[in-house]
Amino acid sequence: MSEAMVNSLRQGPDEQGKFGIYGGRFVAETLMPLILDLEKAYRAAQDDPEFHREMNDLRVHFAGRPSPLYFAERMSADLGGAKIYFKREDLNHTGSHKLNNCLGQILLAKRMGKTRIIAETGAGQHGVATATVCARFGLPCTVFMGATDVERQMPNVLRMKMLGAEVKPVTAGAGTLKDAMNEALRDWVTNVETTYYLIGTAAGPHPYPAMVRDFQKVIGEEIRAQIMEAEGRLPDALVACIGGGSNAIGTFYDFLDEPDVRIFGAEAGGHGLDVDNGHAASMAGGRPGVLHGNRTYLLQDVDGQILEGHSISAGLDYPGVGPEHAFLRDSGRVNYVPVTDKQALDAFMACTKFEGIIPALESAHGLAHVMEIAPKMGKDEVIVLCLSGRGDKDVESVGRHLGMAM
Amino acid sequence: MSATRIEKRFEKTRRENRPAFVAFVMAGDPDEATADAILAGLPAAGADVIELGMPFSDPMADGVAIQMAGRRALESGMTLKKTIQSVARFRKTDPDTPIILMGYYNPIYIYGVETFLADAAEAGVDGLIVVDLPAEEDGELCIPALKAGLNFIRLTTPTTDDNRLATVLKNTSGFVYYVSMTGITGAEIKNREAVGTAVKRIKAHTDLPVAVGFGIKTAEDAAFIGRDSDGVVVGSAIVSAIANSLENGKATAETSKAVHSLVADLAQGAKAARS
Repeated sequence: MSEAMVNSLRQGPDEQGKFGIYGGRFVAETLMPLILDLEKAYRAAQDDPEFHREMNDLRVHFAGRPSPLYFAERMSADLGGAKIYFKREDLNHTGSHKLNNCLGQILLAKRMGKTRIIAETGAGQHGVATATVCARFGLPCTVFMGATDVERQMPNVLRMKMLGAEVKPVTAGAGTLKDAMNEALRDWVTNVETTYYLIGTAAGPHPYPAMVRDFQKVIGEEIRAQIMEAEGRLPDALVACIGGGSNAIGTFYDFLDEPDVRIFGAEAGGHGLDVDNGHAASMAGGRPGVLHGNRTYLLQDVDGQILEGHSISAGLDYPGVGPEHAFLRDSGRVNYVPVTDKQALDAFMACTKFEGIIPALESAHGLAHVMEIAPKMGKDEVIVLCLSGRGDKDVESVGRHLGMAM
Repeated sequence: MSATRIEKRFEKTRRENRPAFVAFVMAGDPDEATADAILAGLPAAGADVIELGMPFSDPMADGVAIQMAGRRALESGMTLKKTIQSVARFRKTDPDTPIILMGYYNPIYIYGVETFLADAAEAGVDGLIVVDLPAEEDGELCIPALKAGLNFIRLTTPTTDDNRLATVLKNTSGFVYYVSMTGITGAEIKNREAVGTAVKRIKAHTDLPVAVGFGIKTAEDAAFIGRDSDGVVVGSAIVSAIANSLENGKATAETSKAVHSLVADLAQGAKAARS
């Protein structure tokens, strides 16, 4: 092994599916054989040129990749510091980066001969992307969604239903993403023979975190080529929002071994880290534990009971985070910072008014951190933000927060 | 190592040519005092082995009945520490009935594996069933538990094929828990005949007793499943009896009685399995 490989941060996971101490396969025995099969099927697909050909074709003609890298000129000027670029994942078909992962996994599900797809969703972006690929490939689809989220993301619920998916509201707990994931796992245990669980983020039991990362890393690879073309060099900083962390790991992965690129992940700081159970910043405000198939940072009480957390953004409202992020946090490579609901709302409005782009509330968390660091950077420096999704789904709830007349 | 309480108890029921009746209750459900009374009366009602649930906020393998039991327990202030203490109180009056703690890994991980094992062994816990620790994660708790003298009981399921069975059985001790279906606790067993076939398949790979759980609700179910297995486990039906006895979410004079009379009925069914 070369010296460069020894020091690489891009070697995980190991044979046991671990990134350092994080990750693993903490699932019921019923699911274990399937998870081992999935890993085999994924390795086989990776080695199969036909799989890559089909995927690339779908990326270009169905998803609309590559997504543009856009220079946010007015925001850059207004903040008076670094040049700010947006990686426009909001322009992906279905309106977010989520489709990248769904295209890969639906091809795998087909290869494995599965006849039914289930998924969990928070903001509904992953649910819509899953319903979309299921429509495209003619597979029945059931999406589990917390009842609270069904309420706050109604446009996406309607989209899923129109695409032919069954949306099952989950009333357990606080009715958010964690509860939806529990219910999806219960369905999967029950229907394991026929059903493929299309997990939406880079979390869950091995091989999901690695697999979802691999399907999303196209974001960072495109950024590298596009910023080289635009600026002739790599960016000084990369920023992405983190719920489970799939857009973030997709953005970061290609740059992990580039020490001159500073990397920031924006977690949901909700009402603030000092407010009890008032945020969803699992790394800034949680500690390692085991949930949903992996060891990672979790919001939990002293007895190891999982807390619900809070974020204005349904997509970030999850008490855990993907295990590779937990590893990157401990290694110090990525700096994870909490962003409050209020900061995210301000960024949402700034982007809308200055750039004519309505961002997803999730992505607005990343933008809020860009607005924090850009003024402190030089005019010759470059930041790239992953604008992970569009905000059409959020206009009603943001309007309500801002007291606009409905 | 001398025989554990679990091993002795299965040896006893084997000699009596009947399956063991294994009763599941959730620690602290519906409140600590009532749960103590329920636990203390289980052996007299006919429970040969007790599975005591460790309540967890996110019970991914459980149906609504056990989810609700866990929630009642947590709302009454139950913790893992208090769960272990309740076993210690039970042990003062019952030196023989095996107690198995059953639940999910995170509360144990947060408690600290070594401390947990020491405290559990001292309190008189005999074995552990941890749903989200498959054989692939044996280093986490299974191996340390065996070293601490506790049995580690593994779940095998309809998806555990012959190839995998060896992996699953390798570090299993006490007994093997066969999950009667692919599903969550409290669901319906669709094919009861297939359960007996599966138990025979597992027994071809191990000398350990094989108990069957998930979906067993009535004395008749217990008798049917008990014909071919060394133990029958009932959980959801028992915690539902607790739920049905409550008024405004609080225990009543009927709560303990409701559990003990149901357990007596189920145990009777199991005892009649081979007669």
